[in-house]
Amino acid sequence: MMAATHSPHAHGGKSIRGVMTAVMLALTPVTLWGFYLFGWTAVWIWTLTVSSALLFELVCLNLARRGGPASLLDGSAALAGWLLALTLPPWAPWWIAVLGSFIAIAIAKHAYGGLGQNPFNPAMVARVALLVSFPLEMTQWVSPTPLFSGTGLGPIDALEHVLFGEAIPDALTSATLLGHVKAEASRGLDLLASVPALGPGLADGIGRHAGSLGETGTWLILAGGLFLLFRGIISWHIPLAVLTGLAVPAAIGHAIDPAHHLSALHHLTAGAALLGAFFIATDLVTSPATAPGRLVYGLGIGLLTWTIRSFAGFPEGFAFAVLLMNACVPVIDRFTRPRIYGHGAAQRSAA
Amino acid sequence: MKPYRTIVKDGLWDNNMVAGQLLAMCPAMAVTATATNGLGMGLATTVVLVASNVLVASIRQLVPSAVRIPIFIVLIATLVTLVDMALNAWLHDLYKVLGLFIALIVVNCGILGRAESFASKSPIAASAVDGLAMGLGFTLSLVAIGSVRELLGSGSLFSQAHLLLGPAFAFLEMKFFDGGALLMILPPGGFIVLGLLLAGKRIWEARRAERRRNLEVSASAA
Repeated sequence: MMAATHSPHAHGGKSIRGVMTAVMLALTPVTLWGFYLFGWTAVWIWTLTVSSALLFELVCLNLARRGGPASLLDGSAALAGWLLALTLPPWAPWWIAVLGSFIAIAIAKHAYGGLGQNPFNPAMVARVALLVSFPLEMTQWVSPTPLFSGTGLGPIDALEHVLFGEAIPDALTSATLLGHVKAEASRGLDLLASVPALGPGLADGIGRHAGSLGETGTWLILAGGLFLLFRGIISWHIPLAVLTGLAVPAAIGHAIDPAHHLSALHHLTAGAALLGAFFIATDLVTSPATAPGRLVYGLGIGLLTWTIRSFAGFPEGFAFAVLLMNACVPVIDRFTRPRIYGHGAAQRSAA
Repeated sequence: MKPYRTIVKDGLWDNNMVAGQLLAMCPAMAVTATATNGLGMGLATTVVLVASNVLVASIRQLVPSAVRIPIFIVLIATLVTLVDMALNAWLHDLYKVLGLFIALIVVNCGILGRAESFASKSPIAASAVDGLAMGLGFTLSLVAIGSVRELLGSGSLFSQAHLLLGPAFAFLEMKFFDGGALLMILPPGGFIVLGLLLAGKRIWEARRAERRRNLEVSASAA
């Protein structure tokens, strides 16, 4: 439902396809960097996720007798699959990718009525459903095994690993910063001991550490996000609010008790915070329509992410935070509805 | 009065307590992590429903309409307490699984709903049939939801059926694979499966109505 405001009504000049293409373009550098860092398994997982997302989109469009190739090629399904792939562990088995695409496209998007109707971000619904359903497969992280460095698998071996899923060699498994910190805290080790044990380079933004396929290359995500900002695809409100909502409580917590709260820099560069702030929270369908609404929504996501990371059972909480705030969007939109010109203010002063 | 055929069809399908009236959502989602739990809850509810319908129908002339709801509730609560104690005595292992929810049959809005909308206005025999049909329809929905959740969530079907039906029914217990999607046996799985079940029923009925219309058109054209 779109709230009509007063005239003049003008078309923004952007097409769905144009917006989706720009977002994909902005995601390309960090995706390629993810491919390089995590090797051929990452390439196969990404390919599987995006192509199965397109396949499910085709099936759903046919079932709903809605649109044809034009709707399929508007890019929205490919982008949902792409974003989901970036949040998956790079050595995940094939069925994680395909099942994730199915949940994102068939359950989270088309069951609600298709493009523009879904209240929840499809990629995040899929990620949360996978994480809750298959906690083991979704938290098997590996150290980077860059292409051409001889440490990872060749293209054929990697495909075999994705399809038949032999166990990941122990030498390669690693923990993400957030996962490591959570695990060590449960053994009674505080941050002063557990963070330095992971070695340097965690927050240098280059991303040579364990993590999801596309969340570690911080500088490239930032570049892609700024590209979208300057192209006018996204507004600054949501990314800034998300990062503020995360960084401010993190800085306060760290200043008070550095043994139990990660620093703001770690919070911003670890996990999905930056990728999410620019590419996931800004999803046009599931975010509020007005600038004040977007600030509230973004701050909520940041604050919830920090709260879940610091106090809840899961090491990373960005996806949960996005879904919780998605659920609040209708309320936010209701209370931040712009005043219609010539209405409202006068009545209030009269009353 | 409605013919028995309609009463039965209403209870099992058209007006199914879960899939048609959207009543009794709490047990439909809370106990259906396995098909066996769904079956046990459904059968216990059926017993209460038949008994409460018969009792309500037999005293319907005596009950002043102003205080009918409290009277029905007291009747249902008594019946549920009896079922609760009976299960505890004879099916103790199942009782350990379903115990909390058996007591909650009292507040199952479906039972009060039948007492209010059917049994308080109908003769005893018709009310008994209605209670049986509604109860079995409820059981059917719960077993359907439970089967899907159990199959996807833990790869088995009717696990622990011997606790409910006796050792003779151990053959029902099937195991297809290990693991499964944990989400499906957690609370969200109940909501997801129920939603898909309702959507499936709607689609099926829409298709059937369409086919019937087409048949009528072709018949009148001939």
